[in-house]
Amino acid sequence: MIPFSEVLKVSFKALMANKMRSFLTTLGIIIGVAAVIAAFAVGRGANKVIDDQIAMFGSNFMYIFTERSAVGSSTPPRYLTVADAEAIERECSGIEAVAPVVETNIQAVYGAANWAAEVVGSTPGYSVVRDYRVEQGRGLLASDVRAAAKVCVLGRTVADKLFEGEPPVGKVIRLRTVPFLVIGVFETKGQAMGGWDQDDFVLVPLSTAQRRLTRNANTGRVGNIMVKGVSMKALDYLDVQISDLLRERHRIRPGQQDDFAIRNISQILDARRKATQVMSILLGSIAAISLVVGGIGIMNIMLVSVTERTREIGIRMAVGAKAADIRRQFLMEAVTLSLLGGAIGILLGMASAHGLAKVMESPPIFGAGVIALSFAFSAIVGIGFGFYPAWRASLLNPIDALKYE
Amino acid sequence: MALIDLIDVRKSFPMGDGELEVLHGIDMKVERGEFVAMMGPSGSGKSTTMNILGCLDAPTSGRYILDGQDVADLDRDELAAIRNAMIGFVFQGFNLLPRTTALANVEMPMLYAGVKAKERHVRAQEVLERMGLGDRMHHDPSQLSGGQQQRVAIARGIVNRAPILMADEPTGNLDSKTSDEIMKLFQELNEKEGITITLVTHEPDVASYAGRVVHFRDGLVTSDEPNKAKRGASA
Repeated sequence: MIPFSEVLKVSFKALMANKMRSFLTTLGIIIGVAAVIAAFAVGRGANKVIDDQIAMFGSNFMYIFTERSAVGSSTPPRYLTVADAEAIERECSGIEAVAPVVETNIQAVYGAANWAAEVVGSTPGYSVVRDYRVEQGRGLLASDVRAAAKVCVLGRTVADKLFEGEPPVGKVIRLRTVPFLVIGVFETKGQAMGGWDQDDFVLVPLSTAQRRLTRNANTGRVGNIMVKGVSMKALDYLDVQISDLLRERHRIRPGQQDDFAIRNISQILDARRKATQVMSILLGSIAAISLVVGGIGIMNIMLVSVTERTREIGIRMAVGAKAADIRRQFLMEAVTLSLLGGAIGILLGMASAHGLAKVMESPPIFGAGVIALSFAFSAIVGIGFGFYPAWRASLLNPIDALKYE
Repeated sequence: MALIDLIDVRKSFPMGDGELEVLHGIDMKVERGEFVAMMGPSGSGKSTTMNILGCLDAPTSGRYILDGQDVADLDRDELAAIRNAMIGFVFQGFNLLPRTTALANVEMPMLYAGVKAKERHVRAQEVLERMGLGDRMHHDPSQLSGGQQQRVAIARGIVNRAPILMADEPTGNLDSKTSDEIMKLFQELNEKEGITITLVTHEPDVASYAGRVVHFRDGLVTSDEPNKAKRGASA
């Protein structure tokens, strides 16, 4: 049997004798593989972005905020209040946690260290809704909120900036002039997309924030209300329940517009994820079709090649090539073609993934598995569609082949 | 024992409903070291006999003993192995691979014999130099004259050290001067290297270089005689 390297050399030479034709033949494979690579890379990149966003907000997340510019309303909007949040938690079903939130930016001071932190005033529900876990100490308790205790839980970044390695729990920091006892530190959630630091905040009881840090103590006004549903499905009817409840509480007459808005974040993200999947499937189908068409192209050109080189086959047989030698030679040509196409396709796919990713605003993610798989797939296409022409070549009768004009 | 021994070889081809027998029982022996010319008009069966001798085709019936082995019933791959080891071919149309250097053309039979790349290279070079083509080794067939191409083909035929060289109208595409050169080359290979040569031709002039002439007519051997007027290498 002829060594593999020799067969490869002969095949490569034959392909190089017809460069243009070889290139055009591989075009189908090139496009197919490029589509596979691009689809996977872009799809995975987009999914990563969405997963990050889901992790950032917390799962089954929705939030409600005041719609300041409600059109057609003569009366100014009623702001969302703690009472609204309590009503939602009490009367709506399918809720895991509710967190009314006020947010403000305040300089936090500990000793000589100070740090401009986002201060979040909320209830124990906040860490549940946003999926923050306590790493040291404890989280907020309902009793802290009831007593308007001057306590706080630090995000990882704030703890690092103020304490620089010192254990923060039990220490006292100042927010504006008010001293707050650090009762806990949250586990890090890292950076969200765009480099936004999710650990750069201080959580204090809502009541304390309202009384000491903002001027909304009497109205009970909050910035927004965050809700975590028990499931993605629960968000569907929670949406309607909350809307009905708040309209009633805010005394909005039928026909009048809401003075609040509900953002069903998790569902929006879920829809986006599904859209990405559809796109991936679509590109994947194009890839599959293209690979098959490419394979047929290879088969076609190999059949032409076998016919053109009938005499060569005859000569090779006359000097001692066995059927298997001929078969292997032509099969190798087909596989070389498809693998070359696969390699070019991988590069092209990577390039177009980068281009597509710019449009989609998510960096592509390349997996070694996908690249290996595309390469293997090209080889399979080459073998699959190259076999028939190669088999035909090996069946030629040397006498007839030698006489072929 | 004869190197080549055809015993009552018949060959028929399917034709319409029935079969057409073109060889009606050929008996022919070729001893080691002989130079035999096979002559006859077209349709006489000489080429069909040559194909069978060359293990390119199998007889319909009869026996073909090649170097003590009955090859009549061998399959395609076994025949390919025998061709590779025992027989070199020289054709009228040269039949070199196009766009392939003389050197690579000569290396090809050794490729199928499993000879290592380096040895292939050395042996092909040697043989081409012996054929007077030392300075043409890296030329494609299209850059070579007819005589040079035929010499590359002869080099290819003997490079595997096959004991038999079979030539089918080897001078058919050559002018008379070049024909003479090629025929002298055959004679030299036969006399100096002891290579057994069978040659198909319809030109008495070409056949006159052989030591023995076999005439074919209508699928039968009509005469088989030593060539008394053999032309010498010096002639």
